[in-house]
Amino acid sequence: MRFYEYESRRIVERAGIPVTKYGFCTTADEARKAAEEIGGSVVIKSQVLTGGRMKAGGVKFADTPDEAAEHAAAILELEINGHMPKGVLVDPKAEVAQEYYAGVVWDGTRKRPLMLFSDMGGIDIEEVADKHPDHVGRGHLSNLFDPPDFRAKEVIGHTGVTGSALTRATPILARLARLMRDYDMTLAEINPLARLEDGRFVALDAHMEMENEARPRQKPLLDDLGIEPTDTREPYEPSEFERNVKAIDSADHRGVIQGKDHGFAGNLGLVIGAGGGSLTLTDAVRSQGGKPANYTEIGGNPSVAKACGLAKEVLKKDGVEKIAVMMSIVSNTRVDIVARGVIKACLELGKDPAETIAVFRIPGAWEEEGEKILKRYGVEYCDRSVSMWEAAARAVSKIQEVPA
Amino acid sequence: MSVLLSQDFTFIVQGITGREAVNLTRECLDYGSKVVGGVTPGRKGREVHGVPVFDTVEQVVDSLGYVPDGSVVTVPPAFTKDAVFEAIVRGIKLVVIVTERIPRRDVAEMVELADRNDARIIGPNCLGVIVPEVCKMGGIGGPAKDAAKAYTPGSIGVMSRSGGMTTEISSTLTAAGLGQSTAISIGGDAIIGSTYAELMPLFEADEQTEGIVIYTEPGGRMEAQLSEWVAENDSRLPIVAFMAGRFMDDEEMKGMSFGHAGTIVEGKEDTATEKIARLQEAGVPVVERIDEIPDAVKDKLGAKV
Repeated sequence: MRFYEYESRRIVERAGIPVTKYGFCTTADEARKAAEEIGGSVVIKSQVLTGGRMKAGGVKFADTPDEAAEHAAAILELEINGHMPKGVLVDPKAEVAQEYYAGVVWDGTRKRPLMLFSDMGGIDIEEVADKHPDHVGRGHLSNLFDPPDFRAKEVIGHTGVTGSALTRATPILARLARLMRDYDMTLAEINPLARLEDGRFVALDAHMEMENEARPRQKPLLDDLGIEPTDTREPYEPSEFERNVKAIDSADHRGVIQGKDHGFAGNLGLVIGAGGGSLTLTDAVRSQGGKPANYTEIGGNPSVAKACGLAKEVLKKDGVEKIAVMMSIVSNTRVDIVARGVIKACLELGKDPAETIAVFRIPGAWEEEGEKILKRYGVEYCDRSVSMWEAAARAVSKIQEVPA
Repeated sequence: MSVLLSQDFTFIVQGITGREAVNLTRECLDYGSKVVGGVTPGRKGREVHGVPVFDTVEQVVDSLGYVPDGSVVTVPPAFTKDAVFEAIVRGIKLVVIVTERIPRRDVAEMVELADRNDARIIGPNCLGVIVPEVCKMGGIGGPAKDAAKAYTPGSIGVMSRSGGMTTEISSTLTAAGLGQSTAISIGGDAIIGSTYAELMPLFEADEQTEGIVIYTEPGGRMEAQLSEWVAENDSRLPIVAFMAGRFMDDEEMKGMSFGHAGTIVEGKEDTATEKIARLQEAGVPVVERIDEIPDAVKDKLGAKV
């Protein structure tokens, strides 16, 4: 999950990294007050979970509190890449001598955190790494020991930074590495990290992303930031279909079902699984000219009610004429249970299973029983001799027979 | 021969009294695997399908009089790190982690401890390892009779980020007369114990293995790492790859996550298109359909002679 800038600044502050005095505001009036309190020129920054806010007009400078209020009012109304801001951050316009970059990310190949530092801050680190590789210092950390200051010092030293800048930046990078580990961040970045005219370092902007799997154990931090467990921070608003599938899934602990339809707008409903199987089958449908209405994942042997609920939600989607029920060979999920679930869904919606189920291809555990149930309702059963590709082809050809 | 497992391989199950673990133990025993003990804290003295249960790995070792070769860990995410540390510190050299949703910091710690102790981790979020008709370690392939349908002995090594697809691919190979030397469900997370490139040397050293099939997905650098390994090592083993999730390259899918935790596209190198290009550049054909795999493997094996 991604944090807003104002939250990231709080996290950085908690870790003992200096920040400027800033205010998070949700109204123009609050912004005026924050600007008065800060005194002098300020920056007003849109708080959105997307990049490119500078270009979009989401960052403005103000010399007076009235001007700050005016800008805040405009930015609060400004949609950026389809996102409305959660508020604005009012920040003093700092007297910056130099901008640096400090970051800690995961190196998946080495399976260790990687510290990054650059004396060319304020711009994208990828761009600096690409064009000025000698201005980027790097250093891996052990997972088993507390990130030591000396590693941070080495990394900063790689960029040629020395003197008081080196000694002052060292604890900041080391603290950033510790907060990255302690708070289960997948990314912890301060950019720019500014050296002010008086020699002090402050974090002017920060970007933090936490691993979703770690949210339960990071509850104290999330509570402190006022982030509710329901605030999933998906890059888009969940659709009705997505919300309904989630509700069906949480109503019963047996098995897991997931459904997405963001970005899908076809007429073939997919009731598919498991993780890898769903990816493979979605590709197979699309490659053969099919238009999926959605994406699903079934796994871990769900109950009949869950399989039924999922199939019903897919069938209820606008424009869905038929469903394709397909999985890679199952060893845990039972074929007969999924069969029962999808047939029940058809019947409850007043549809003929033989017409509605374009294809049923789930080989594996309890397949004989599954086949029997399907046969009773005139649904053809495909075993492992029908490949995933071929099953997708059958579904696509059946949906194309449907008169428009 | 085979990799990782053999006829005499012994292993324990940590978290053996859990519902899934009880099934898994039964399946492995039915397949002929040597499950020599189980651990669930507080359940010492019980039995699961005849396998004695202990409170600690240390007690298992004391009771057996030797250190078992491996452990299948299937405990809740919050307790997994401690269980794996326990196994490694007590001398176990192969740990299969079934548990999913483990934060990657924990995984990275486990892997680093394993490295320091010459131990190997497979997973997390995986179904384990199978050597057809010899040993099954984990839920891979399901009940023994189902596993026997999909997996047959032969010369192809299978590695897959998806547990289910390990079986689908092996079954497809089996139907085409191509058996498997060892099939490994390596796990679907962003950081895993053993990547393709890290397992390649084992297959390379295995006389039985003559070719490799991998199942891959968008996300992470694992395929790039394999491409580099292939380029740097003059491997005798032809590799055929299948890439799922090509649809995630579409503009409207950007930033969305599908499938496994490791499937989220975080950078330019993570996309399906990029990975396919990279693998093909390294001489690894990437097929579009699972049912094209056997012919692609036969082509490669034929070309070698």
